[in-house]
Amino acid sequence: MSTAAGEMTHHDHHHHAPSGLTRWFFTTNHKEIGSLYLWFSFIMFLVGGSMAMVIRAELFQPGLQLVEPHFFNQMTTVHGLVMVFGAVMPAFVGLANWMIPLMIGAPDMALPRMNNWSFWILPFAFMILLGSLFMEGGGPAFGWTFYAPLSTSYSPDSTALFVFSIHIMGISSIMGAINVIVTVMNMRAPGMTYMKMPMFVWTWLITAFLLIAVMPVLACAATMVLTDKYFGTSFFDAAGGGDPVLFQHIFWFFGHPEVYIMILPSFGIVSAIIPAFSRKKLFGYSSMVYATGAIAGLSFLVWAHHMFTTGMPVGAEIFFMYATMLISIPTGVKVFNWVATMWRGAISFETPMLFAIAFVVLFTIGGFSGLMLAMTPADFQYHDSYFVVAHFHYVLVSGAVFSIMAAAYYWLPKWTGHMYDETLGRWHFWCSLISVNVLFFPMHFVGLAGMPRRIPDYALQFADINKIVSYGAFAFGLSQLIFLWVVIKCARGGERAPMKPWEGAEGLEWTIPSPAPLHTFETPPEVK
Amino acid sequence: MAQQHEKYYVPAYSPWPIMGAIGLFLIAFGAAHTVIDMSKEIDGWGSNVLWTGIAVIILMLFGWFRDQINESLAGMHSKQLGNSYRQGMTWFIFSEVMFFSAFFGALFYARFISVEWLGGASNNAMTNEVLWPAFEAHWPLTLTPGGIESGSMGWMGLPLYNTIILIVSSVTCHLAHVNLEKNNRKMLTTWLGITVLLGCTFLYFQVAEYIHAYQDLGLRLDSGVYGNTFFMLTGFHGVHVTLGTIMLLVMFLRVLKGHFTPDNHFAFQATSWYWHFVDVVWVCLFIFVYVM
Repeated sequence: MSTAAGEMTHHDHHHHAPSGLTRWFFTTNHKEIGSLYLWFSFIMFLVGGSMAMVIRAELFQPGLQLVEPHFFNQMTTVHGLVMVFGAVMPAFVGLANWMIPLMIGAPDMALPRMNNWSFWILPFAFMILLGSLFMEGGGPAFGWTFYAPLSTSYSPDSTALFVFSIHIMGISSIMGAINVIVTVMNMRAPGMTYMKMPMFVWTWLITAFLLIAVMPVLACAATMVLTDKYFGTSFFDAAGGGDPVLFQHIFWFFGHPEVYIMILPSFGIVSAIIPAFSRKKLFGYSSMVYATGAIAGLSFLVWAHHMFTTGMPVGAEIFFMYATMLISIPTGVKVFNWVATMWRGAISFETPMLFAIAFVVLFTIGGFSGLMLAMTPADFQYHDSYFVVAHFHYVLVSGAVFSIMAAAYYWLPKWTGHMYDETLGRWHFWCSLISVNVLFFPMHFVGLAGMPRRIPDYALQFADINKIVSYGAFAFGLSQLIFLWVVIKCARGGERAPMKPWEGAEGLEWTIPSPAPLHTFETPPEVK
Repeated sequence: MAQQHEKYYVPAYSPWPIMGAIGLFLIAFGAAHTVIDMSKEIDGWGSNVLWTGIAVIILMLFGWFRDQINESLAGMHSKQLGNSYRQGMTWFIFSEVMFFSAFFGALFYARFISVEWLGGASNNAMTNEVLWPAFEAHWPLTLTPGGIESGSMGWMGLPLYNTIILIVSSVTCHLAHVNLEKNNRKMLTTWLGITVLLGCTFLYFQVAEYIHAYQDLGLRLDSGVYGNTFFMLTGFHGVHVTLGTIMLLVMFLRVLKGHFTPDNHFAFQATSWYWHFVDVVWVCLFIFVYVM
């Protein structure tokens, strides 16, 4: 992902470019900031992944083996936070930074200095969050959803650090989203009309809107937790007239659109890769755009499906059940379009395509288990079980993370100027594919059999399956080191990549040299 | 899209954002430790870090805006860049709208759902009977289920004056903008100056109202969900008015220095938008927090 080698030759004649580390601290360039985001996200992926390894090691056998329950809770909490706010979201912002200006023919992001700011506050936010793990009493241990009163009456002293780190992550996301939305609306090359934009740009435009709409709501929830815990307010305390359920409403009003924030850009990536390797145009482009919009619109009306068992009037349960099921229609349109794009295409199976196809299949499995969870009466059985864990890891790991891998392989030649090692890439793919299913598929079974999530111990009858799951987890974790190896190898050298390494690829990003020079499209291209 | 292309200005490497990142880090880290120390009633170093962070951010703002203003005065900003700024500000205000919406949502939830239900409404007769049999739902919640008593804030007097002040200030701010566009500098200065003064007056009255609430009414941040929503909503609004007043003051000083032209005054426009937004929030506050 680093283009350091390729760029050295260019920034010589770029006036007063600082050298060494200062260059990365002071940069306003969308490609450099994109690389920073992507590297940061990968580091966080490894950090959050290590925590998952701790969780799976503890769950390898029934009984308490390795860690204290309180530490286990911190691991599940911080694993979730790191993966959501540190790995998946920054990876998408990094891809947006790198690719959106190239795809729409813009010279850079619209607000380059703010772009730098929105990146550099992120590492600090995670320093605060991860640092709180080492405080007396430990770090956040109430789940990434920080439900009150776990996060208020029963939370560790360090909760204020958690709250303020969430605030910074939110500020970063909002600034990043404003940058994306303004870039897309204001910086398109002449002739690049909205309905000519690549799907990745479309999905990110809608994602950016969702981010600006819901990150402030998360800030509100976190602020109320802070005041409830430290300033004696009782938003979430019935004795003062409040209600812990209020927390869940506010949190999930953020949380459900957040789910789509983490998957819509994936849709865009897959919609770029599948046509390229099927050597066909994307089937049903405009229906893809409308489906994305519909998913985003519906995402504001379904939040309480996370709360079926919390207690709600029956009318509300039914409304949220049907609204949730409605989402499967635009999602089905998308899956249909991807399959129809491949239909009778001249398909070749390079690593990006492998990951994209795996995405379609495995994301659909995650979608179907989501549909099961959407049914209120069934959800009373599944709620808070490992079935839920299986569901959202199918959409987030074999969904979002796989699409990010696909994107990395697809655009690495453009970023580094070298082809990645195809053999290693395929090894990475097959190891990941097999292990991710060994890891998450059996979770459906233990979940349906009644194993609760977020508990460090379990009943004996779940022992065999948990052992298999843990083996899958270790294998999946190790497989990602192959990816690290591929990226480093690709950044350092390899076969020269041509301007357009993929025969069937389309878009402006393939009309510039590989590696992409530091400054591109300073005069906008004409789009016909 | 413009037909003939003006070059879009992409700034060179800048030290300000990373300084802002460090400042924000110190603020968050310091504020968190201040809060933790307060809860343990110890005197820690948290507030020192917090104030250092605030100082760093203020320095950063001076540097960043100085660069920005110099670039603008040097004519480096194209029309397209102006559009980026305006759109960026619009989306920022939208995010602020969502922030306040969430707190208003909490207010409505507390008022129409949680307090009602604690009083036995809907199918919650047993909740009331078993947990707080003496509790009767009422709003403003001057006696919580747990037994905290407080007064409630009426809308006559200071809140009403403040409403009038802010609405008038929105008008004066608009008049300043109109005169800027007509290049009528004298009227611009006058109206803008009046707007700043009205902002300060509002803040002064707001502080007086808080003192009145704490000392005379016994209405505090921790007096149950009525006090919570009252102080959180008016408090965050007050912070925004403070920020807006500072922005207006900066605009006033820049106008005195001769900045802004009828067709290049993004900073002024953004400040004016922000001020109108803050006013709209207040009108909602006045209706939903004070009157109703």
